[in-house]
Amino acid sequence: MKEIVESVISLLPYMVEPTITAIKLFFLTLLFGLPLGMILALGRMSKLAIIRYPIQFYNLVMRGTPLILQLYLIYYQIPKWIQMYNPEFRFDRFTAVVVGFSINYAAYFCEIYRGGIQGIPKGQYEAAKMLGFTKTQTFFRIILPQVIKRILPPLGSEFMVLVKDTSLAHVIGVAELYLFSTNQMATRGSMTPVVVAGVFYLIMNWIVEKGFLVLEKRLSYYE
Amino acid sequence: MSMVSVSNLKKSFGKNEVLKDISLEIKDGEIISIIGSSGSGKSTLLRCMNQLETIDSGEIKIDGQTMVSMENGHPVYAPKNTLREIRMKTGLVFQNFNLFPHFSVLRNIIEAPVQVCKIPKDQAIEEARELLKKLGLSDKENSYPCELSGGQSQRVSIARALALKPKVLFFDEPTSALDPELTGEVLKVIKSLTEYHMTMVIVTHEMEFAREISDRMIFMDQGVIVEDATPEEMFQSKNERVRSFLGKFRC
Repeated sequence: MKEIVESVISLLPYMVEPTITAIKLFFLTLLFGLPLGMILALGRMSKLAIIRYPIQFYNLVMRGTPLILQLYLIYYQIPKWIQMYNPEFRFDRFTAVVVGFSINYAAYFCEIYRGGIQGIPKGQYEAAKMLGFTKTQTFFRIILPQVIKRILPPLGSEFMVLVKDTSLAHVIGVAELYLFSTNQMATRGSMTPVVVAGVFYLIMNWIVEKGFLVLEKRLSYYE
Repeated sequence: MSMVSVSNLKKSFGKNEVLKDISLEIKDGEIISIIGSSGSGKSTLLRCMNQLETIDSGEIKIDGQTMVSMENGHPVYAPKNTLREIRMKTGLVFQNFNLFPHFSVLRNIIEAPVQVCKIPKDQAIEEARELLKKLGLSDKENSYPCELSGGQSQRVSIARALALKPKVLFFDEPTSALDPELTGEVLKVIKSLTEYHMTMVIVTHEMEFAREISDRMIFMDQGVIVEDATPEEMFQSKNERVRSFLGKFRC
C-alpha cells in the first residue's frame, strides 16, 4: 500500500504538464469548434442546396471516419500541399491537433445546434416577425437563448467525449496525459500511471458535468 | 376610410384551394368577426393579411399602403421596408399565445418597443405597466410565461401586441386554447379594447361574443365569403349554410 502511495506521489509532478496540454486542447477545440459549428448549422439549414449539401457531406465525412485517421492526414498531408507554395511551411504538432479537433467537433456541434434550432416552435418566429424584429434580432434575442437551454444535455455529453478524445493527440506525438502515462507504464513496469491518468480524466469530466448541471439549473427559471 | 382592403385573394396549399377569390373591405375603427367552421379558410385569410402566408393571386392594402398587388398576372409584394412599415401598423394575437418563454411578462411586452421602435426603456416600462394594469395583470410583471394560466398568457400576448400601438389588431381564435372560464376572462379584455376605437378583426368560434362586439360579421365556408352582414342580419340570415352553422350554437 505504502509503495503504491509513494509511486503515485512520485508521478504527480510529472503529470502537471501533460494534463495542462490536454486541458489546453479541450478549450481551444471549444473556442474554434463551437462558433464554426454554428456557422455550419446555419449553412446546413440553408434553403440553398448548393450550401446545404456540401455541409451535409462534410458532416458525414467528419463524423463517419475516425478522428485518429483525420489527425494523421492533417499532420502529414496538409503541410505537403502548403509546401508546394511555401516550402518554409511547418506544422507544429499541437496546432495540427487543434485544427483537427476543431473541424471534427464542429461537425458534431453543428448537428446539436441544428436539432436545437429546429425544435423551436414556428410560432416563436411568427410572433417575432409580427412584432417587427429583424431576422438577426429574432435569432439572437428570441431563438438562440432558447436553443442554448435545449441543447445543454447533448452538448454536455459531447464535452465529456472531448475530454477523453484529447488522448488521441498522442498519435502525432503531442505529449498529453495518455502518451505520458503509457510511457510511464512501460518504463516502470506498473499499471499505476495508467490508473492515475484515468482518475485525472474522471476528475476533469466530473468538473464538466458539474458545470453543466449548474448551467441547466440557472436556465431552469423558464420552460 | 378603408383600413384593410382585400380584393380577389386566392391561396392554395398544394392542390387544396383554401381561399377562392376573397374580397373584403374593413373601415377604420370597425370591429369585424370572421366566423365559419374549421377549414373554411378564416385563419388562412388572417395569416395572408398579416404576411404570414404569401398569396397566389389578388391584392391587399393596409391603411392605404399596398402590401401586394397584381402585375402581369402575378402577385408582387411591396419592397421589404414597406412590408415592415405595414407590419408595424398591424398586431396579431395568436391562438396559442406564442409568448417568449425566456422573457418575463414585462420583458415580453417591452422588448419590441425598445428594440424595434427604439422607445426609451423607462418609457416602455411605464407604458407596459399601464397596459398590465388595464388587463388585470399588475402582479404578474415579473412572472414567466410558464407560471401563467392560459387566460393570463393570452392577456399578456394582447398587451404585447398593444404595446406597439397598432392601427389594426387581428385575433386568430384567441380563446380556442382556453377552457370556458378562461375564455370569459379573455373575451372581457377584448371587449374592453373597444374603447381604443382601434380596428379589430377577430376570427372566433364564440358566437355570442361576436354578436355583441362586432360591427359586422363575416361568414366563411369552403374558401369563400358566404355572408357579410351586421350581427342582427347574420343571425336572421336566410342562407341555409349560415343558418345551419349558427343553429348549432343555439341551445
